[in-house]
Amino acid sequence: MIKVEGITKRYARFTAVDNVSFEVAKGQIVGFLGPNGAGKTTTMRILTCFQPPSEGRASVAGFDVMEQPMEVKKRIGYLPETPPLYPDMEVGEYLEFVGKLKGLRGNDLAKRITEVSGKINIGDVRTKLIAKLSKGYKQRVGLAQALIHNPDVLILDEPTSGLDPQQILETRELIKGLAGDHTIILSTHILPEVEFTCERVVIISKGKLVATDTVDNLTHRMRGSENVGVEVEAREGTLDVSAVQRKLEQVAGVSKVILREDKNNRANFEVESLQGRSIRADLARAVVEGGFALTELKAAGMSLEDVFLQLTSTDKVDEAKVEEEIEKGEAA
Amino acid sequence: MSNILAIAQKELKSYFVSPIAYALLAIYALISGWFSLIAIANFIEMSMQGQGPADLNGYVIAPVVSNAGVLSLFLIPMITMRLFAEEKRSGTIELLITSPVTDMEIILGKWLGAMGMYACILGVKLFCLSFTFMFGNPDWRPLATAYLGMFLQGGALLAIGMFISNTTRNQIVAGATTFGMCLLFWTFDWATTFKADGWAKVLAYLSLTAHFNSFARGVIDTKDTVFFLSVIALGIFLTARSLESLRWRA
Repeated sequence: MIKVEGITKRYARFTAVDNVSFEVAKGQIVGFLGPNGAGKTTTMRILTCFQPPSEGRASVAGFDVMEQPMEVKKRIGYLPETPPLYPDMEVGEYLEFVGKLKGLRGNDLAKRITEVSGKINIGDVRTKLIAKLSKGYKQRVGLAQALIHNPDVLILDEPTSGLDPQQILETRELIKGLAGDHTIILSTHILPEVEFTCERVVIISKGKLVATDTVDNLTHRMRGSENVGVEVEAREGTLDVSAVQRKLEQVAGVSKVILREDKNNRANFEVESLQGRSIRADLARAVVEGGFALTELKAAGMSLEDVFLQLTSTDKVDEAKVEEEIEKGEAA
Repeated sequence: MSNILAIAQKELKSYFVSPIAYALLAIYALISGWFSLIAIANFIEMSMQGQGPADLNGYVIAPVVSNAGVLSLFLIPMITMRLFAEEKRSGTIELLITSPVTDMEIILGKWLGAMGMYACILGVKLFCLSFTFMFGNPDWRPLATAYLGMFLQGGALLAIGMFISNTTRNQIVAGATTFGMCLLFWTFDWATTFKADGWAKVLAYLSLTAHFNSFARGVIDTKDTVFFLSVIALGIFLTARSLESLRWRA
């Protein structure tokens, strides 16, 4: 449905997107992931015919964005990072105007407005001024705007940014419900969002494509070995920490044991397995046989978050910034 | 065509849902009324001195109409400054550009919307002048010609103002620059006060005053009509180029 072949966007002083290629099949939801300034918005703007690439080709539903922009625009619904709303208009008026822009007229237009209002749940604010809406409603009206002409492809630039946690959940559900009928690309720097909504991820960083795969594959591929967190207490008396460590190291398949914490007769270890070995059952048995109390055993598997940081960060400063962004995004 | 009308309608509506339209109409009504009052007082004075009523067209309609040209210098920037600057600032320009409409449809729609607003303002003046028809018997043809002139001149300045609004995302900058340009275009004919040939003549020809005056006198001159139509075309052309450049720079 969407085909991007080696697109590059250069400005006078820097390259925003550098030789990025990927494909999206019909009906898929793809998460477009990257830290701020990675080139997500630029790529989306190229796909929506807002700006042309300096090099490379992109096509939507078989139409080239450079050669047949009208055909592409008819098939795309686009929600930019700030929803393109006219604050002085009423919601209904606004949807009518956007519908007309997208080529709907008369009965079709009225029908689509009713359908979309129902789907996005904004029927109750149809006669309200957009300026008076809450942030969450504005975002929904933005989404309704993108959906009004029932496009094959939806391109959503950070659809949940600035919403409260409840609204984020609702928006995610909404987007998930749209898959199948529509092919969706959504950009975000919030990782749980991708894990929750998307089937595939395209990760870019500093304008370059870093990875593109399904969410499962990506976490699996990056993991390789198993990380297990083990917490041990003494049955009675004081805990012999080094004895526990020795016991754990003797378990078959363990490659490394790191002591994380040792406080109040309670020790916390992180145990790493050899490639492809499952060691949790053996660890539990070893601790119990050694006469210690096992208080916690958890798989510290690699989340998409770890994958993302590993792929996109080249130094600590960047990592800290991304984490801060993620927190901000989630808190907002 | 229907895309153009949809955009024009939205544009005209947006003046009336904000205070802009009402402020402009109120100020214009006040000034227009004041000008008409002065002209009519002058007319009465002249009628008293002469034998019987003086020429209503010459003493009331002509001065009021030629003042309209000056007034539009102040009004045009206020109409055009938001046209593109506001869309660029709020990001709604992305909606317009990514919709299946051509750049030219967007531009013509916006220009027509601005023309609609300008027409409403000119309507206020027509209301003032309608009293001369109620109580007197002036010739309506010079007035119609003058109105044609005002539309052409307004259309030209609106097109230039629209272009300027497209070059910035700041409405104040757009408004101030447009005002400056209007004033320059208005006074280009001053060049001939100290030099009567060469570049001064060219500059003087670009002056809007010179071209508007014949309309104010009741003469439809092809030369002047073509001049205004060319400026409208130029303004629209420049806006189109500027909008296109947004795609490469943005």
